[in-house]
Amino acid sequence: MTGPLPQPTRDDAEFWAAARRGELRFQRCASCGRFRHYPRPTCPRCLSREFTWERSTGRGTVYTWTIVRGPTLPAFETALPYNVVDVLMDEGVHFVSQVLDCPPEEIHAGMPVEAVFVPAGDEITLVKFRRRPETMSRVGTESERVAFGG
Amino acid sequence: MNATTIRDRAAIVGIGQTAFGKSLGRSEYDMALEAILAACADAGLAPRDIDGAVRYDMETTDEENLLAALGNPELGWFASSAWGGGGAASVLVLAATAIAAGLASAVLVYRSRARGKQSAYGPGAHQGGRYWERLGSAPLTGLNKWHVPHGLVAAFQEMAMIAMRHRTEYGTTHDQYGEVAVAFRGHAARNPHAVMRAPITIAEHHASRMISDPLRLLDCCLETDGAVALLVTSAERARDLRQPPAYILAGAMAAGGHHIRLSSFYERERRHDGAPRAARRLWGMAGVGPGDIDVACFYDFFTPLVIMALEDYGFAPPGEGGPFVERGGLAWPDGRLPSNTNGGQLSEAFIHGFNNTVEAVRQIRGTSTAQVKDCELAFVAGGNTDPTGAVILRR
Repeated sequence: MTGPLPQPTRDDAEFWAAARRGELRFQRCASCGRFRHYPRPTCPRCLSREFTWERSTGRGTVYTWTIVRGPTLPAFETALPYNVVDVLMDEGVHFVSQVLDCPPEEIHAGMPVEAVFVPAGDEITLVKFRRRPETMSRVGTESERVAFGG
Repeated sequence: MNATTIRDRAAIVGIGQTAFGKSLGRSEYDMALEAILAACADAGLAPRDIDGAVRYDMETTDEENLLAALGNPELGWFASSAWGGGGAASVLVLAATAIAAGLASAVLVYRSRARGKQSAYGPGAHQGGRYWERLGSAPLTGLNKWHVPHGLVAAFQEMAMIAMRHRTEYGTTHDQYGEVAVAFRGHAARNPHAVMRAPITIAEHHASRMISDPLRLLDCCLETDGAVALLVTSAERARDLRQPPAYILAGAMAAGGHHIRLSSFYERERRHDGAPRAARRLWGMAGVGPGDIDVACFYDFFTPLVIMALEDYGFAPPGEGGPFVERGGLAWPDGRLPSNTNGGQLSEAFIHGFNNTVEAVRQIRGTSTAQVKDCELAFVAGGNTDPTGAVILRR
């Protein structure tokens, strides 16, 4: 499904360039080490403006999700019903995307996923996810609980 | 009196509205003016007395349009609240701030929407209808680039994901969602302004089609046309006007997460997000607590967000909002907290929260169609997953 596509800006061009190379990269604070996404000029924890673009493991777990059954944009109608997920990445950031090749009834919180790269135009590659083997309980990983409640 | 607070300094003295409907065939400008003139008549104020105005930044009837249609009032203070429905109560905080500071004496607060599914007149952004259907295929330059390409295009889908997380955390159920929908529809059945008046059952709620899991059609607010206006003056002046004043006892606003940016929404713990922070300041200013409130008007864009608002604003502990609404907990007249007694945005109309504020004023005046006996304190909140705010009105 291809609908409206992102227009890179100076703040996030590196993310999109990396995705084209098949890499998921997040900004990481050079001062306190915290990862962040979406891209922004300063660290939300320590306010440092120094950062690097670090390659993600690409792995995470589904934090929350929905199955869109319509209405939606015309470009997405042929894909209905489709899932949208919020993935809590190993780096601690949240990433909105979709899990490919997964029946709606099998999506659940805590589901382990890993990034895959789907070209969607000359400039844009979208980061999607696919399932990886379950190793944790269905209700969520320990890192997930810590991120939400701790 | 502490000159630095808005506590008890201002009052809502006039309310006005158009008819509400799914397709009225009118412009937002035209409806706004009908509601504004009605509010002036209700208050006994002339339109040229208006010297302040507060609106949402997305409101299409801007100050230039106001001057041109209201006989050029001497508008000396004007402000807007960002991010839509989160500001439903913040607009009153802004109005009260201008009154308390002496910057304006009669502040108009208004919202007009021609956003029924069939209400688009032309292709422009200000021509009504569903805003998200206008995304087309143009490149995404804002933060929506992080979710729209994955099919997350409208508020109901974003809210669905927030609601799903609340279920994962606390086991919130479809039965509890249904309790909210059924209670508010029961209120709408008594309200001649309401668009949806046929009573529904929990079973009918469960039978309505799934829109975006876990939200069913009857978990979602309406898409309607209509306009609402309110007039705010100083508490002193209010006592000499036509209607019983609805004093703004307290108000607070707070920036915070926004449902449209799920990537950053969960960066904060819930208790540190906008609505819980606004709550702490609200109750602190008011000198009353959740248990003192006689009637509440939550921002009912989706049933599970009402349940979360109960928790955010301290009516129930975290995770207890679901049990709170069970057995008609929000239903008039016998629920533990009669709420959205107009039918709310689920059943009366979706005027971006403003119709709920009008209902709170009616409750304070004693003129609701689901009147809470001896109503002295009414709570009104904006959307609690946006930068938000809340006010308490008193008799």
